[in-house]
Amino acid sequence: MTDHVVVVGGGTGGSVLANDLADRLEPELDSRDVRVTLINDDPEHVYKPVWLYVPFGQREPADGRRSLEDLVDDAVEVTIDRVSDIDTDSQRLRVRGSPQPIDYDYLVVATGSTLAPDRIPGLAEAGHDYYTESGATELRDELLGFTQGELVLSVVGTPHMCPAAPLEFVFMADDWLREQGRRADVDITYTYPIQRVHGNPHIAEWARPIMEDRDINVETFFNAESVDPEAETITAMEGTELDYDLLVTIPPHAGVDLIEEAGLGDDGWVDVDKYTLEAEAAENVYALGDTADTGVPNAGSVAHYQAGVVGQRLASEIRGRPPTATYDGKTLCFIETGMDAASFVEFDYETPPSPAPPSEKLHWSKLAYNESYWLTARGLL
Amino acid sequence: MTDIEPDETVDARGAACPGPLMDLIGAIRGAESGDVIRLLSDNEGPLTDVPEWAEEAGNELVAVEEVDDHHSFYVEKT
Repeated sequence: MTDHVVVVGGGTGGSVLANDLADRLEPELDSRDVRVTLINDDPEHVYKPVWLYVPFGQREPADGRRSLEDLVDDAVEVTIDRVSDIDTDSQRLRVRGSPQPIDYDYLVVATGSTLAPDRIPGLAEAGHDYYTESGATELRDELLGFTQGELVLSVVGTPHMCPAAPLEFVFMADDWLREQGRRADVDITYTYPIQRVHGNPHIAEWARPIMEDRDINVETFFNAESVDPEAETITAMEGTELDYDLLVTIPPHAGVDLIEEAGLGDDGWVDVDKYTLEAEAAENVYALGDTADTGVPNAGSVAHYQAGVVGQRLASEIRGRPPTATYDGKTLCFIETGMDAASFVEFDYETPPSPAPPSEKLHWSKLAYNESYWLTARGLL
Repeated sequence: MTDIEPDETVDARGAACPGPLMDLIGAIRGAESGDVIRLLSDNEGPLTDVPEWAEEAGNELVAVEEVDDHHSFYVEKT
């Protein structure tokens, strides 16, 4: 009998896992005792961290795209389609483009995050972002012509992809505007939903003095309730109203509807055991990356490390051994603090982050990793 | 034990900070004025976060209850 592993989602988590399984289960794949199918609704794999650099003219969206077929090992069957429903009782799913159901023995859900700007009235119309390709290029065009006024960066939804990116954006914007000779005519304000500037208290404590030094205004306990595009104001549930000339937001995030419909969790996030990454509501189902509700950041490094854990566990199960690999919450993140300096954090469930002093070396390390990411996606790094 | 009947309960047990507070804020967003939201959390953060946010946002923290291994926060949307 052939074991069929189906991975839904070809982002960082899904691609790394598919390649990990191709390597780890090579004998079983060769003998056709195992099949691995990766289903993604886009023929291209997208590396989203590139988008942070697009508004500053340093990267192009195309730099973050590669063909999924080219990236994934030939032993993996790649299906370009969108999964329409999952039945975890019969271990079967359907895709939109085919009436034929797909049976699985093991399912890994790695569908990631989507943006939901419509949850805040006025946000989709008025807010710019760098969390989509089109958002990043439109923001680049706005920034090029932005010579004076109020630049507001508002973190509207948490959890969101790459929790460091809002801090990075204001640090980079500050530096970039200084380089352009425009900073004296631009006020930068950063808003965050809770009483500090980042969800993690250690990172918040590190970032706040840097913001003060750089003359970046801060509004905490700011949960955007509405945006008025005509008046150019953003209003918080807490009653604060801010004027803006250029509004950059981190829009609310959600997972895909499929997950809630399959009874795997709320709002598109799969309830999992945070160590084994096994779904709590169904047998033989794993989730990883943003999709897995573990409480750790929605970051590529998390998806990468989790993919290794799920790969090991699946290989053990397929070989009839008890799976022992567990995820310890490991997260690794470079944090740009300007156009030519960055910090670095590494933490897990037990060990809090301790941001490294910003340096040019760490900035170049981040850029170098962004290039070598394609080795990660191929399962080589 | 309080006899307050919540209109909605948000179970954030197991979630790390700031998850519980963000879950509460999300529920308050969708609530009507006068609704009481009950937040369940086994994290220490909400013991300070929730009162601070409720005051900042002008909502009323009507009760905090210690129940077994967690706390229940009752917040009324003004």
